[in-house]
Amino acid sequence: MQRDLFPGALEMMILQMLKRQPMHGYALVQQIKRTSQDLLQIEEGSLYPALQRLLKEEFVKAEWGVSSTNRRVRIYQLTAAGAKHLAREVSSFERMLEGITRVLAPEES
Amino acid sequence: MSWLRHLFSRRRLYDDLDDEIAFHLEEKIDELVAGGMPLKEATAAARRGFGNVELLRETAREAWGWRWLEDLSGDLRFGARMLRKSPGFTAISLLTIAIGVGANAAVFSVVNSVLLQPLNYPKAEDLVALHQVAPGAEGLADIEDGLLLSPSMYFTYSEHNQTFESLGVWGTATANVTGLAEPEQVRTVGVSDGVFETLRVPPAVGRWLSEGDQVPNGPQRVVLSYGYWHRRFGGDPAVIGRSIIVDSRPREIVGAMPQGFRFVDSDFDLAVPLAFDRGNLTLSGFGLHGVARLKPGATLAEANADITRMLPIWMDSWSNGPGTNPHIFEKLRITPMIRPLKREVIGNVGELLWVVMGTIAVVMLIACANVTNLLLVKAEARQQELAVRKALGAGWIRIVRGLLVESVMLGLMGGVSGVGLGYAGVRLLVAIAPSNLPRLNEITINSRTLEFSLALSVLSGLCFGLIPALKYARTRAGSALHSVGRTVSASRERHRARNLLVVSQVAMALVLLVSAGLMIRTFVALQRIDPGFTDPQRLQTMRISITDSIAEPQRVARTQNAILEKLLAIRGVKSAGFASEMPMEGFHLAWNSVFAQDKVYSEDSTAPPSRLYKDISPGFLQAAGTRLIAGREMSWSEVYALRPFVMVSENLARELWGTPSAAVGKRLRESPNMTWHEVVGVIQDVREKGVQERAPEIVYWPPLVQNRYAPSARTATFVIRSERAGTESFLNEVRAAVWSVNPDLPLASVRTMQEVYDKSVARTSFTLVMLGIAGAMALALGIIGIYGVMSYTVSQRKREIGIRLTLGAQGSDVRQMVLRQGTKLALMGVAVGIGAAFGVTRLMTNLLYGVSAHNPLTFAAVAALLILVALLACYFPARRATSVDPVVALRCE
Repeated sequence: MQRDLFPGALEMMILQMLKRQPMHGYALVQQIKRTSQDLLQIEEGSLYPALQRLLKEEFVKAEWGVSSTNRRVRIYQLTAAGAKHLAREVSSFERMLEGITRVLAPEES
Repeated sequence: MSWLRHLFSRRRLYDDLDDEIAFHLEEKIDELVAGGMPLKEATAAARRGFGNVELLRETAREAWGWRWLEDLSGDLRFGARMLRKSPGFTAISLLTIAIGVGANAAVFSVVNSVLLQPLNYPKAEDLVALHQVAPGAEGLADIEDGLLLSPSMYFTYSEHNQTFESLGVWGTATANVTGLAEPEQVRTVGVSDGVFETLRVPPAVGRWLSEGDQVPNGPQRVVLSYGYWHRRFGGDPAVIGRSIIVDSRPREIVGAMPQGFRFVDSDFDLAVPLAFDRGNLTLSGFGLHGVARLKPGATLAEANADITRMLPIWMDSWSNGPGTNPHIFEKLRITPMIRPLKREVIGNVGELLWVVMGTIAVVMLIACANVTNLLLVKAEARQQELAVRKALGAGWIRIVRGLLVESVMLGLMGGVSGVGLGYAGVRLLVAIAPSNLPRLNEITINSRTLEFSLALSVLSGLCFGLIPALKYARTRAGSALHSVGRTVSASRERHRARNLLVVSQVAMALVLLVSAGLMIRTFVALQRIDPGFTDPQRLQTMRISITDSIAEPQRVARTQNAILEKLLAIRGVKSAGFASEMPMEGFHLAWNSVFAQDKVYSEDSTAPPSRLYKDISPGFLQAAGTRLIAGREMSWSEVYALRPFVMVSENLARELWGTPSAAVGKRLRESPNMTWHEVVGVIQDVREKGVQERAPEIVYWPPLVQNRYAPSARTATFVIRSERAGTESFLNEVRAAVWSVNPDLPLASVRTMQEVYDKSVARTSFTLVMLGIAGAMALALGIIGIYGVMSYTVSQRKREIGIRLTLGAQGSDVRQMVLRQGTKLALMGVAVGIGAAFGVTRLMTNLLYGVSAHNPLTFAAVAALLILVALLACYFPARRATSVDPVVALRCE
């Protein structure tokens, strides 16, 4: 059974990827898949609504460029606001994860 | 705003997204093909991996938050298509709304310009009229103007007040301007110091009249109105410093006022200083309007208290001559009733306009009810479509919104055409409005009217869309899909809303028609009144002033007599005469006390009540058609001989001596230093102040009287009875006749008595016309409403009627059934309407004359008319019902 990501998780991962380098949508999907070693089941298309949301919030900006296969492609780039948002999200995610982990951890006596 | 920027570039954003998705898929396919997969499989695999392209595209678009907007535009397009699809329905609805909104926009623009907009003065909210009443001064004060101010009051108020920033007094008059082109009689306003300062409107050129211009017998100055400045001097600014001859005296022009400037409610040509001579003022001479500007923060109550405090100061500071007791004026019981200047300008027209506005609003309601009905019928026909949409998953909010968008669109489209009609309507209104309607020249359609029309359109759109929307959006999809099937006849439930609307329409129409009916009765009652003159359309009237160059009263009278002789010589003139004024002309009338010789007046009691004084020439009664009740008229020879003769009105004769004939031979006088004047004739009562007003008691003096307190007026209204009255050729001959006596004589107010009369009843006829129009519209809309509902009911009940006919019902039974239903609705509407009309017509009591607000005959006649019309509206649908062929009816659908 496939588990849904929690809201905002995909956006967080996209921002993290873009933090390293600007890239286009297709590359983003491949990167996330590769990095997560296919542990995460992501519907490839679901990336695009997430990107639109990020564009609207101005956490990323996009420019048209040319891909390695010589096709016209939109390349996304992290903005300063996006970097700040990412840092906030990551720290809150880490706290959440820590909390969950503690609850799930076998009891120490 | 980035949201808005994105909105307008969203087409590009969407294209970008599509390009991007296409790129993604191509890239993926390339990769898979490179990995050895056949193209076809690779394409399928890429799509599978991507997910539902359409859905993702939708979700991506939603990220921008335009969903509702795009839905709305979808609704709009759908609505427009629905409206286009039924052009008949759309046209009728649009016309109904357009008429409703147009009529409302027109009346609102009048209400707005006249009642709501502040006056055209800087900080007009601080301006007040120094209105005062004097219950103890019958005759001196009248209901409309109250007790006007005397010059001495002005000085006291102006010097001792604590609540006014500035104040002044003004009064209207006429003057003769000579030496420009032909002699001209112009409207003047005499102003004291302080009037310009209070009104604060800066002059267009030059300056205001200043304190230095108010010196008696000092320099003679004048300020021009914009109209006069342009008419006579072409608006030339170099006019400052020039002189014009006003009443035989040169006056220097010091300024001209800008366009639209009026003294409170008075248009004028010239403003001249009143230049009171302080040394010669008495307490009385109450003839001036007071205007003041309140100090910041001062209230009307404080100002009233201030005036009350100053009245004793006034009585102590001035007198009416040696030996008189100034405190006799305490008997007048003068009470200040200061009111906002706007209230003074608007006068009693506010009530009239609100009645008209209310009437037109009711027409709008009826129009809305009609369109609602049409929409209900349409929604019924669309039930299946709505049910299908609901079955496909549309929420009821979505459906309601769709229907509302459609009806608001209808409302707005109707409203836009309505505003066009409104422009025409305003012109019509201004043309038929009483010419004494205040601020008539300020009436325009402005942005406020447009906002009002817009709001009205949207509101009515929501209003008539909401009922069908709520009614049909909530029906369950299943039952709706079923009941539209062929086996079911219409349920009672479905008709309730429409029946209710018809009942309310009939009720509202009844209210309007009753109001119109009462106005008609009023008008008829006014027509029956004998105003004190006959055949007004054959009576030519004009004002002629004898210029100052003719000084002695005898010569004035001889000049007037000579004019009459010349006028009588004109072809077609039957009779001619003159009087200080004709009834209903509205010039300021003279009032004073009358002492009868055979009555005892105690010294310390109040003076006898003031009576209206009029001067009439020999021949006047015959010319005007005023009847002599008893005694006889005077002749010119008696006038010149200064015979102490006088005439009185019938009601005065009855009051003083019991009967008209008893009055003949009695004597009266104005003051102790006047000889007794013998009453030689008694004249019928004349509606001097208007047809609806009580005829006042009048003393008629000859043109020449010795020792009168006020000398005979130099200005009189000449009246000529002729079949040719009002024609241009006649007027030319009249002018030539007047100028043959003296080429310097100006003529003014040239009109027939009919015009004077019409102006006097203008308020009534305006209300009548407005209510008549509204009533006719209501009746027409009501007929359409009943007819529409009945004929639709019949078409819906075809199956049932078919069954009845098959089972043996006669055509007449079916016809009666339909008629009965229609009559029931009409009767209910009439019942409700009579109840409502009882309440509403009470509000217009002040507009009625000679008929009670609850006149049973009018109510009964209107009710009968409505029922009759309703029957007629049902008759055609009923006839169609009986022509139903049972076989066809049962097979149809």
